[in-house]
Amino acid sequence: MFRIALKMLFGDRGKYLGIITGIALSSILMIQQPGILISIFTTMYSFITDIGLPDVWVMDPKVQFIDDSKPLLDTQLYRVRGVKGVEWAVPLYKGSQRVRMDNGETVGCNMLGLDDASLIGGPAIMIQGKLADLHQPDAVIVDEAGAKGRLAKPSSTPGGKSTPLQVGDSLEINDKRAVVVGIARATKTFQSQPIIYTTYTRAKNFALSERKLLSYILVKAKANESPQAVARRITKETGMAARTADEFKSMSLWYIIENTSIITNFGFVVLVGFIVGAAVTGQIFYNFTLDNLRYFGVFKAMGATDRMLRWMILLQALLVGGVGFGIGAGLVATFAAATRDSSDLTLKLNWQLLTGSGLAVLLIVLLAALISVRKVLKLEPAEVFK
Amino acid sequence: MSENETMAVYCGGITKSYGIGEARVQALRGIDLEVHPGELLMLVGPSGCGKTTLISVIAGILDQDDGECVLFGQDLKQLSHNQRVVYRGRNIGFVFQAFNLIPTLSAAENVAIPLLINGMPMDKAISRAFECLRNVGLEGRENALPSQLSGGQQQRVAIARALVHNPRLVVCDEPTSALDHETGRRVMDVIKNLAVNSDRALVIVTHDARIFDFADRIAHMDDGRIEKVERNN
Repeated sequence: MFRIALKMLFGDRGKYLGIITGIALSSILMIQQPGILISIFTTMYSFITDIGLPDVWVMDPKVQFIDDSKPLLDTQLYRVRGVKGVEWAVPLYKGSQRVRMDNGETVGCNMLGLDDASLIGGPAIMIQGKLADLHQPDAVIVDEAGAKGRLAKPSSTPGGKSTPLQVGDSLEINDKRAVVVGIARATKTFQSQPIIYTTYTRAKNFALSERKLLSYILVKAKANESPQAVARRITKETGMAARTADEFKSMSLWYIIENTSIITNFGFVVLVGFIVGAAVTGQIFYNFTLDNLRYFGVFKAMGATDRMLRWMILLQALLVGGVGFGIGAGLVATFAAATRDSSDLTLKLNWQLLTGSGLAVLLIVLLAALISVRKVLKLEPAEVFK
Repeated sequence: MSENETMAVYCGGITKSYGIGEARVQALRGIDLEVHPGELLMLVGPSGCGKTTLISVIAGILDQDDGECVLFGQDLKQLSHNQRVVYRGRNIGFVFQAFNLIPTLSAAENVAIPLLINGMPMDKAISRAFECLRNVGLEGRENALPSQLSGGQQQRVAIARALVHNPRLVVCDEPTSALDHETGRRVMDVIKNLAVNSDRALVIVTHDARIFDFADRIAHMDDGRIEKVERNN
């Protein structure tokens, strides 16, 4: 009877396509918006993710999230190095600098000053050049999105196409010359500013006007020490805040969530997607059942049990749910793949999001099936003679 | 073996009403009726006389208020809901006035439905459905959708569906009312030739006097009662 149930469904092509479309649109809303939200969240702590080597980040106790760095005195680095359980500790400068372009415009950039000796905190993926090239005079490495986008060399003719930065090109940062020695791939930041990597010492030169320049101290715990324990010890002995990378990510994320209405706004759209999906799908599916009510009555008269009818309707609901969700998720995934390399905000899909939206669609079709099943089970088989 | 067990249908003192209070309608007022195996009984009478209610009770798809309805020795009221559903699926075939063929299924798939309900695998059920459609003269039309068939052909598909699982009782509700005279008689020929045998009984509700001559007996109903039962000569 399951094949019969499916043929009944496919045979009513208009309603079948209507239900599928409703579920697909609902799925798109429920996947795409959280996908963008995940992408935004990822960018909020992308610096922490990209700098994967250290276990613990040490910072001013007043820091609330990654972009809220409050400079420390350089001497704090030596205090941290003296804490038991610290394998190594290196400085990290993170600040904003302005780059003057050839046409006179200035572009705000994120500058990362890495430990001169180890270059810890440098980009993991180099598109052009090598990380070690930062040891060359005036060297900087620029992220790929920035090199192709806001730091691209403007055209000499008005309206002309700009040329991406290349290795060997020079930049002017705070009236100081910098030479591009590499192009790196980095996760986009929340502010979508270009990222410039250089050494800690050179970063201090680029930012001479600032008195204190040490943004973070990156710490590696010894092999036999837990990062959490080392972080607690650093806090206790130095008075500075020390957090594991995961704690710092979580703190940055919660700061944004608590201080913006981002979750409310995205959540509202997701809720609308769910309600629209449930309403449209439920209504069309219920209408489909009503249209076939006479035939379900015939099945009942002919000896179809309630269990059999329940499964027939459930199968129809699960099938339209599966196909609709597949189409919706497929379209969003295609869109995500097509815009993956865009410099704008992209869409990130993960298994948690797909599972969650899949369960929401399952709930929608189960609700639709439940309403339909109730109608069919309450139907008197004697109705078929009327 | 009691007399009830040798009969195809035994109805004794059946009453049935719909609604409550002033809206209460007494559809059946003490029906006594017997149908024997191998017999074609027609229930005739004016609209609203209770024919459809009686056939619904006989077919086990409607509970009577009072009285006894026994099919081949089985009192349907003694069965649980599920047992009655299963009993119906195995022992009763239905032919409806409006055919009630599923529009999105082919003729063969429509005919196969009672077999599928009884758990037969699809391929076997379809094979048996082809055979039944051949018997009702629809060879070559097995894959046609109901909309591609004439009214007479659709009713023959419905007859094949009613007989495909070899039920012991076939109930037909106005099987010819949607057909012209000639087609109606051809359909009755098919019913009479294929459905009636010594192990099976047919109960046909009709007010189409043109087909009365196919009946073995005719039960005349009026106002919820059987006025008379006459043997057809």
